[in-house]
Amino acid sequence: MKLARFLVKRLLLIPIILLGLSLITFGISHVIPGDPVKLAAGPQARPDQIIKLTQEYGLDRPLPEQYVRYISNLFQGNWGYSISNKRDVFHDLVTYFTATLELTLVSTLIGLVVGIPLAIISARWRDRWPDHAARFVSIGAVSVPVFWIAIILQIVLAQNLHWLPVSGRFDPRANYPTTHTGLLLIDTLLAGNIPAFFTALRYIIMPAFCQSLLVIALITRQLRGDLLDILRKDFVLVARANGIPERRIWTRYLMKNALIATISQLGFLIGFQLGGAVLIEYVLDWPGIGQYALKAALLLDFQPIMGATLFVGFIVVIVNLMTDVVYRLVDPRIGFA
Amino acid sequence: MSVTTALPPLVEFRNLYAEMVTFDGVVKVLNGINLTIQKGDLIGLVGETGCGKSVTAMSIPQLVPQPPARYTQGEVWFRGENMLEKSGEALRQIRAKHIGVVFQDPMTGLNPVFTIEQQMVDSILCREDALGSTGFPQGLLPVNRRKRQAASDRAISLLKRVGVPEAEKRIHAYPHEFSGGMRQRVLIAMAIAGRPDLLIADEPTTALDVSVQAQILRLIAELVREIDLTVLLITHNIGLVAQLCNRIAVMYAGNVIEVGPARSILTAPKHPYTRGLLQAIPTAETARGTLKGVPGMVPGLIHPPSGCRFHTRCAFAQPRCKISQPPLLTTGDGHQTACVLYDSVGVPDEKHGQLV
Amino acid sequence: MSLNPLSEIPSTSSAPPLLVTNSEPQNRLTRWLKDHASQLSDIRRGLFRFSRNRLSMIGVVIVLLGLLIAITAPLWVPYPDDVTGSVNMSIRLHPPSADHLFGTDDAGRDVFSRTIMATRISFEVGVIILLVAITVGVFLGAIAGYFGGWINQVIMRFTDIMLTFPGIFLALAISAALGRGVLNATLALSVTWWPGYCRLVEAQMLKMKEEDFVAGARALGAGNLRIIFRHILPNLLTAIIVKASMDFGFAVLNLAALGFIGVGVLPPEPDWGSMIAAGRRFIPISWWYSTFPGLFMFITVLGFNLLGDGLRDLLDPNATVR
Repeated sequence: MKLARFLVKRLLLIPIILLGLSLITFGISHVIPGDPVKLAAGPQARPDQIIKLTQEYGLDRPLPEQYVRYISNLFQGNWGYSISNKRDVFHDLVTYFTATLELTLVSTLIGLVVGIPLAIISARWRDRWPDHAARFVSIGAVSVPVFWIAIILQIVLAQNLHWLPVSGRFDPRANYPTTHTGLLLIDTLLAGNIPAFFTALRYIIMPAFCQSLLVIALITRQLRGDLLDILRKDFVLVARANGIPERRIWTRYLMKNALIATISQLGFLIGFQLGGAVLIEYVLDWPGIGQYALKAALLLDFQPIMGATLFVGFIVVIVNLMTDVVYRLVDPRIGFA
Repeated sequence: MSVTTALPPLVEFRNLYAEMVTFDGVVKVLNGINLTIQKGDLIGLVGETGCGKSVTAMSIPQLVPQPPARYTQGEVWFRGENMLEKSGEALRQIRAKHIGVVFQDPMTGLNPVFTIEQQMVDSILCREDALGSTGFPQGLLPVNRRKRQAASDRAISLLKRVGVPEAEKRIHAYPHEFSGGMRQRVLIAMAIAGRPDLLIADEPTTALDVSVQAQILRLIAELVREIDLTVLLITHNIGLVAQLCNRIAVMYAGNVIEVGPARSILTAPKHPYTRGLLQAIPTAETARGTLKGVPGMVPGLIHPPSGCRFHTRCAFAQPRCKISQPPLLTTGDGHQTACVLYDSVGVPDEKHGQLV
Repeated sequence: MSLNPLSEIPSTSSAPPLLVTNSEPQNRLTRWLKDHASQLSDIRRGLFRFSRNRLSMIGVVIVLLGLLIAITAPLWVPYPDDVTGSVNMSIRLHPPSADHLFGTDDAGRDVFSRTIMATRISFEVGVIILLVAITVGVFLGAIAGYFGGWINQVIMRFTDIMLTFPGIFLALAISAALGRGVLNATLALSVTWWPGYCRLVEAQMLKMKEEDFVAGARALGAGNLRIIFRHILPNLLTAIIVKASMDFGFAVLNLAALGFIGVGVLPPEPDWGSMIAAGRRFIPISWWYSTFPGLFMFITVLGFNLLGDGLRDLLDPNATVR
């Protein structure tokens, strides 16, 4: 019950934040130099088309009225129209989003699988060489320019060694699997299409790995710090004094305490990746939201950019909320006030 | 060594020296500790902050972190074994089965994300070796589920014994739902779960309200009788030891400077420091404006005073006090004092050697 | 032996005195040293611990080298003309050699020289970004934290909204809206960075304003602004410095990312990102064009991050202490 009340309170806040976001996007689109109609219509538009569009978009109306129209359009699912690929923005966003989601999930998984052991090693052998090595790896991971390492990996792994495909999400020559969830790895498994599963896997590894570097770095740093913090706490001393074996202290006591602290970091990372995978998607041709927005930005195709910005903002807010809920569920000290 | 019993002591410190390496220098925290604890004693270890009481006591279960600290000389004997040579699994077994420790701050002594039941069951099981040395409870086999249930029941009865009301319900609560006094009771329950031979209580009531203090102390006294517990109580509060203990050991700057039966020490203190300490306690008869203390300050232990570490504040200091730390000399029935003033009166304790 | 043996007892203070003070301190310097003795010994201790940390020392070395390079580059760069875009088609796309350490690019320019000069520009821009972000962020955060109430709500909600945008996205949007070029990129990045500082300062300010020393200052008649800037902010200095040292590397990375996409530093100005992007067309044959600038950037950013991590270990009161 308390959970429900909490959720309701938070969900009520969301529209306010979205309103703020929409104000920003609306503001940007009206602040930029240049005629927004011309932008929306594209460089090839004829003058009479422009006039017609101006009336249609209501751009000759006063600003507040335009804003209201904008908002009501959003609610109706009319997020604009992309000039470059002639499709509805909203529809595109949803399609591309699932690709970014899949990439984020796999990369986060890799990040956890690598990062958690690194952090444990680092904390366990603090200030000795395993710690230094682990920290070097973690700091190195975050210092690497992501677009550069993607290129290097492309050169080495794909073009030279032919281990992995160069780019893209799926083999263009093969049959694209039917999608239910939009997450290829899951869809292929659901359909029992094992060869396709492995194909999808081969395509996702490189981008997911590049993406996971950030996750590894942040998780390792956070978790290491938390573990060291907890090791100094009294209840660890009490546990030792009571004769609890060292290994149990590590596996049960420390891990649960430390992982709780890591949850909010994880939430931030997921939200960040969902909106920030732009470079990797661009370099490795992964058809996600980042790539969509980037292409639109380069072409100055305005509706998609604004739509994507708003969409990403919305997703991040939802992810933050989910993180908060999970955190409160797991940590017994914090209620749902 | 007490003359009233010939049994081997439960705990014996023999000339224990310890140092701590810090950035500012090497702190000579223990300067030749000599102390025996007999089975059944309720001995109070008193002294000012920084005199080494905790380090001394924690040397028994070897809970002093050894990178900053190191033992340079001497031994700590517990149940006939030198604890300084113990490590790893052997040490863990001793801690689990024979020693219980209660620390000062109950607010941080329990893991906040596990229930009381989970923590107590862990405590109990590891004492019975149900956890083994790897710490994994050998899976969820029915045999072990039974053991967990038995441990849970035992935990409930332990909680009842230490005075936690509605133990069956409250055992599933989290630590933050308990008050400080209740948490300390839980910690005591966990410490005695294995029916240890020795309970070390490091300032167990300092963080608690005065009214709760009395309850906790009474609990400890009862446990001593019930389960044949020997207690080493560390405190800087002499009033506490006066109520509770049958023996008192007074420490100053890394040495035990006086030890003996409580009554004897409280009514006839011999060492100048002890005298000063007891004088400093205001009583109802103390006239206003006449609070006395011991002049001077506790010396830093990186460059401690030569010889007797108290001589810089001692009104009775003599030239030879600067030369060497006096050993504990017998000055009464079971009463020993480390002061040259009693050189002719007392008999040097042969067991602990001559002047260093 | 004299009559009173106690007179010969050596000093028993626990710390050796920093200065021998027999009479009046000689001048303002010695007096200042004496007053700040404990802080100085803290710094000494800190430096000692810092120097033990091998990773941080590597970071320091790299950063110092980087700074040296950035500052002195114009003096010794081998092909200064190449930096601003001279074209020399006869030697285009030559592999690394003694003449051209990193090879040449598609316009025959020396990649090494351009990489070095890119360091300079990146550092300059990085510093500007951080300065702007810190100034705005700290100011807003201080006001929000100190005055509370609706001011706090307005500022912090705005900050929250800004923070929901992943950095690159916002920078992209702004750059796209304003046009390309390093100036707009700088502006865009500064805009995405200040919320972090605002939040940091606001949180600390909320804690600090209840402290006793603030009440004391107020009792002595200090006005609000004076309290904020003279009394509270100096305490936050270490936290801000730590964050800035960790952010610098990322600022540089993001600038390069914008350059890579094409909305940052514009050619022919040398920029790591745009060089890597330009070099993509010639992979894998002329691999040096993309590889070396990236490698150089990686090592530089690595140095800053190592340094920042070491500083954080050292200065952050919330971090673990040995």
